[in-house]
Amino acid sequence: MALLDIRDFSLSVDGRAILNAVSLTVEPGQIVALVGASGSGKSMTALSVLGLAPAGAHAQGSIRLDGRELTTLTDRQMDAVRGRDVGLVFQEPMTALNPVLSIGAQVAETVRVHGTAGRAEAARVADAMLARVGLPADRFPRSRRPHELSGGQRQRVAIAAALALKPKLLIADEPTTALDVTTQARILGLLVDLVRQDGLGLLLISHDLALVSRVADRVVVLHEGAVVEAGEPATVFAAPQHPYTRRLLAATEPARQRPDVLPAPVQPPLLVAEGIVRDYPLPRAGWWSKPAHLRAVDQASLAVHRGESVGIVGESGSGKSTLLRTLLAADAPQAGAVRLLDQPWSAAPEAARRPLRRHVQMVFQDPVGSFDPRWRVERLVAEPLALLDAPLTPALRRARVEELLTQVGLAPADADRHPHEFSGGQRQRIAIARALAVQPDLIALDEATSALDVLTRAQILDLLGDLSRRLGLAYLVVSHDLAVVRALTDRLLVMRQGHIVEEGPTLQVLSQPQHPYTASLLAATPTLAAQVA
Amino acid sequence: MTVMITLEAAPTGTGRGKALAAGLLLTGLVVAAALLSLVWTPYDPTAINVAGRLAAPSATHWFGTDAYGRDVFSHVLAGARSALGVALAAVGVGAGVGVPLGLLAAGRRGWVEEGTMRGSDVVFAFPALITAVLIAALCGPGAVDAIAAIGLFNIPVFAKVARAAALGVWARDYTLAARLGGKSGGRISLEHVLPNIAGLLLVQATIQLSLGIIADAGLSFVGLGTQAPRPSWGRMLADSQTLAGQAPWLVLFPGLAVVAAVLGFNLLGEGLRARLAPKRGA
Repeated sequence: MALLDIRDFSLSVDGRAILNAVSLTVEPGQIVALVGASGSGKSMTALSVLGLAPAGAHAQGSIRLDGRELTTLTDRQMDAVRGRDVGLVFQEPMTALNPVLSIGAQVAETVRVHGTAGRAEAARVADAMLARVGLPADRFPRSRRPHELSGGQRQRVAIAAALALKPKLLIADEPTTALDVTTQARILGLLVDLVRQDGLGLLLISHDLALVSRVADRVVVLHEGAVVEAGEPATVFAAPQHPYTRRLLAATEPARQRPDVLPAPVQPPLLVAEGIVRDYPLPRAGWWSKPAHLRAVDQASLAVHRGESVGIVGESGSGKSTLLRTLLAADAPQAGAVRLLDQPWSAAPEAARRPLRRHVQMVFQDPVGSFDPRWRVERLVAEPLALLDAPLTPALRRARVEELLTQVGLAPADADRHPHEFSGGQRQRIAIARALAVQPDLIALDEATSALDVLTRAQILDLLGDLSRRLGLAYLVVSHDLAVVRALTDRLLVMRQGHIVEEGPTLQVLSQPQHPYTASLLAATPTLAAQVA
Repeated sequence: MTVMITLEAAPTGTGRGKALAAGLLLTGLVVAAALLSLVWTPYDPTAINVAGRLAAPSATHWFGTDAYGRDVFSHVLAGARSALGVALAAVGVGAGVGVPLGLLAAGRRGWVEEGTMRGSDVVFAFPALITAVLIAALCGPGAVDAIAAIGLFNIPVFAKVARAAALGVWARDYTLAARLGGKSGGRISLEHVLPNIAGLLLVQATIQLSLGIIADAGLSFVGLGTQAPRPSWGRMLADSQTLAGQAPWLVLFPGLAVVAAVLGFNLLGEGLRARLAPKRGA
């Protein structure tokens, strides 16, 4: 008998169908991956197992855990199932943990809520569990709070809390999506080890096919609330039957948008940075002590030529975004200088920089925070037009915005809507339209596809590749995602702890890394090819 | 995920929705009383009629009369005007100076921010009463004294609220986008920051209005606010202290008026806060 048996489960919320006759099983000791793009119903499936479907939901079909029907249980009966029989690990460890509880108390709390364990017993169980997830008490005192830990360590605490009661089934909803690649690999490894040791069933929810192909025993592909394909990963990925699976697979390794052979760089370079140093002040130890600094960027030098696409990869905290802000003269460097079009840039006063600003624009990571929520798209896209020498008449401005929206694949009428009416991918298109408004020579892309699912990511990369070819744009691509830099850049810089540790043609760096750190990044990045081969 | 401040209809029948309705009703009453007193009061609030002194509430004098035979109802109506006038002007002073300071601090950071905020701390540390005594000593007591003292007290409140909220807006990428679009810090503060923190400032303003009404009543109670013969709730209470046992209506009605105004603005602020509450952006 299967541990988890979902059979013909349908769910509608306020009359809108979310899940349509979903069937899947998880055996004890089996890892089942549930994959699909955002909005495919992955998370709703998990929430349904936990009896946490949103208000106004209407469910049909059956969900059995160890032979016990869950859909007919009352809320109170479900409370006992959640945590004790089914553990849950979320995507975002910072919000999943209670910031005012110490990590020891955090894990002990779940033990005490469900178990009959006393305070001392719960603390002992919590301590043992934290040690098991790689947080030994001597290095990680149980009195630490979540904000004192890194993202990966926080996710370890969340896993410890989920496993403390020895559930039979663990549901992990995008457990590593918010983490760096090397951390991602370690956390996934830990999760799999624990599940195998204890013989748990694991339902692993992810949009990342390459990631799940490494560990899953079985893959279930969900599309618009229905299972379109299921089977062993090797079979599914080698010979996908459903067109949607094929699209997902293709998007996982997006097509290269740049020529494989690089043209000779056009001299002089568009943007040159030499010996950039960027310090952040740290809180002073006392009133009279010397101010301390954190060196975020240390002696970074680079050049971007006309029409060239340069990538900067590194994990979070490597200084790549800080470097980018300095290159765009949003922050001033403590040492070194940036020149734009052979003119002083970082060292010039803002008044002198203003006429040059139209040559460099930027697309941001967060598709929501990029736009003033009160403005309409027309005004948002037209904002940089203030950089032009002569202001446009309202009619010309409107025409320009409509032209830009068409260029990025949106409708001219979208100019009258507010940003919150658009999906994440559409918002990134609006951001690209805004960046293109003043016909820049260089666009900086700061993790511009990180908030998007693989299908949307592939579409945005296609658009960016197409625009650069048609308009001769240069890109500065900052990303932690190797698939993105592989698709979109000619040259690649690898950053670690503020230093540029490696630099070279993208394909060469990714195929023959010279620096051990680059090699470790590559090794940690899951690829489908490795699985299917 | 993001937090977005939007104005949209609160679900009806909720506790917060009721707070807003009650707040609107009470403040509406107070504002109506103040406006009405501009054109009409049953009697001249300052007309003395010794023969009819200390009359209990009746059909002719709804709230009774005081020790000089003045009509308490007329006095309460006219007092609303003075209380609202002082509180509004004080909020005007506070917001007018404090909000630009807060925006400047958030926009410029560095020593500008440090200076503004430490300056705010210093002003904040001075109770409005002491400031009022100081100003009264210099310029003599009166409504202007009360406005200056309460206004001064409001400045750091608005400066701090504006700065904290503005820092949140400055952390968003769209302000960086505006900078890359060549806009100056001041222009971004006006075009992006101020509209996005306006809701919060509005809520703060209603709270400061209620505090201003209490402070005005307090100042006129001790003789530092609006001066006789202009009616004020605080002085009505002060004048009736010794008569409270004999003519309780003298304390009851101005007291109720203060409570209604303060409660009204507080509920209004609470209701507005709920409506403008940060929502998870769609």
